[in-house]
Amino acid sequence: MPTVNETIKEATRDHLNLGGLLLAQNVSAVGWIGGTVPDCNGIVELSNADVSGAGIAVGAALVGRRPIYVIRYQGFMWYDSAPLLNYAAKSKEMWGIPCPIFIRSIASEGAGPVAGGSHHGLVMRMPGIKVFAPMTPDEWSEGWNWFLEHDEPIYISEHRDSFKINYEMKDVIQPNAKVTLLSISSARLSALNILDTDLINITWLKPFKITNLMRYSLKKTGAGLVIDSDFEQSGKSIAHMLMLETGVPVHVLGLEDRTAGFSKDRDNGTPSRERIVEKIREVL
Amino acid sequence: MRSPTLGLFPLDKNLKFSIDMWHQTRANRAFELRVAKLYDAGKLKVPIYLSLGQEHIPAAIAAVSKDFLIFAQHRAHSYYLSFGGNPKKLMTQIKGKQGSASIYCPEIGMYGHSGLMGDQIPIAVGAALGSGKRVLAVCGDASVEEDYVFGAMGYAVTKKLPVLFICEDNDLSILTPVAVRRSWSMVDIASSLGMYSVDITDDPWLIAYHVEQSLNQLPAFINIRTCRHRWHAGTGSDGLPEWDRFALIKKEMKCLQLMKQ
Repeated sequence: MPTVNETIKEATRDHLNLGGLLLAQNVSAVGWIGGTVPDCNGIVELSNADVSGAGIAVGAALVGRRPIYVIRYQGFMWYDSAPLLNYAAKSKEMWGIPCPIFIRSIASEGAGPVAGGSHHGLVMRMPGIKVFAPMTPDEWSEGWNWFLEHDEPIYISEHRDSFKINYEMKDVIQPNAKVTLLSISSARLSALNILDTDLINITWLKPFKITNLMRYSLKKTGAGLVIDSDFEQSGKSIAHMLMLETGVPVHVLGLEDRTAGFSKDRDNGTPSRERIVEKIREVL
Repeated sequence: MRSPTLGLFPLDKNLKFSIDMWHQTRANRAFELRVAKLYDAGKLKVPIYLSLGQEHIPAAIAAVSKDFLIFAQHRAHSYYLSFGGNPKKLMTQIKGKQGSASIYCPEIGMYGHSGLMGDQIPIAVGAALGSGKRVLAVCGDASVEEDYVFGAMGYAVTKKLPVLFICEDNDLSILTPVAVRRSWSMVDIASSLGMYSVDITDDPWLIAYHVEQSLNQLPAFINIRTCRHRWHAGTGSDGLPEWDRFALIKKEMKCLQLMKQ
């Protein structure tokens, strides 16, 4: 099975060969963005003016080029969100003019106070945009196929820890589980194989889809824990929906409420296995 | 620097251009006065951004060429009309979801504005990049100060994109004059980026001259000193404008003996 980065690269190559565009900064500088971008026509190297670069991608989307726009660190959404969320996401509703743009926004650990971690929470609050967080090859393809079949923008919350993954990740239901873990992005890796837990993977953050498996597991265990690689606000919105639907208390664990540093002991990364286990003890 | 004659020189006054421009200027003005009347009568209960005093600028550009995708912002009724938009549809939008500030018209290639000042500039540049078509990107003397405008204009130069940047410089951000807000000139910035750039008064024949000059060497930037006759929003007025271009055009049309035509 191909890895996630190989999957992205091949889908991108096909898209560019059909006349699509990929816009990003420093595409070829170091490793072609984690090996996710092919060396072919259709790549537009942007200047380092972030806000205007995002606006340029939106303009290309408006005229039908269905661009892939790559944000190398999700924290740069603090720049890029202005045109992406206030124009592209609203265009179809405001003016009936589709603005389909595939936003690949890449999270990573240890990248400091702005660039570290996922930032999909700031996107989830805005109308008109879908938010999807894949970790496996098939999941990434699901997001890509959604884009090909629709004329709306979609925010793909990628994580660099997914790029070398070459397998699918199944939900795990255990007879003696005491808590249901609902995990997002790279938190899914930390949450693997924890004793006495059900583990359900979440990819669609917005719209968030409550599945029968989520209902079943939460009713069975009587406790839920949403684990996210972003700060806890986005997880709280998901927990809120799950609690309304099931009546089961659902807790949240995400990045700590502090600024990340660069050194390992000062980082504020995706919840570790140890933090998850500690939180489970607290919940129970 | 602001004057009704900035950059003026003796120009040949093309008959067809003069008639088309004057006809459209009057139509734009009539529309805006009607909007103002409805607003003052309490029949329009949305914010309105009138182009009175500036209504001849798009009329002049459109009389040179209508071959543009158009990205403007909140004071754009006269762009909508000058490039061939339907006045009834425009009024429906003003009263509806888009309001006066976010009008659009697919039939003439005019895209809506989100409300973030100046964001139409990078989007316009992206539209030129993606389509290869000629693009008209309009902003004001305030929105041109948004930092992302410089980045987008610079990128248009780097990629040699066919964008005509127009700044309708009425000297006011709400009521704060340019001199209070900045010490630099956008024309100097545009010039240093390496594009054709001029700072001129809002004489329509002069505008037409520089639009024609620009079309052969896009991207280009034209800063047009003009006078907003009404408040930023609504119909209020703070007295007589520095100059009344409508009256000056009317006088010139009489001199040219073109009034009846």
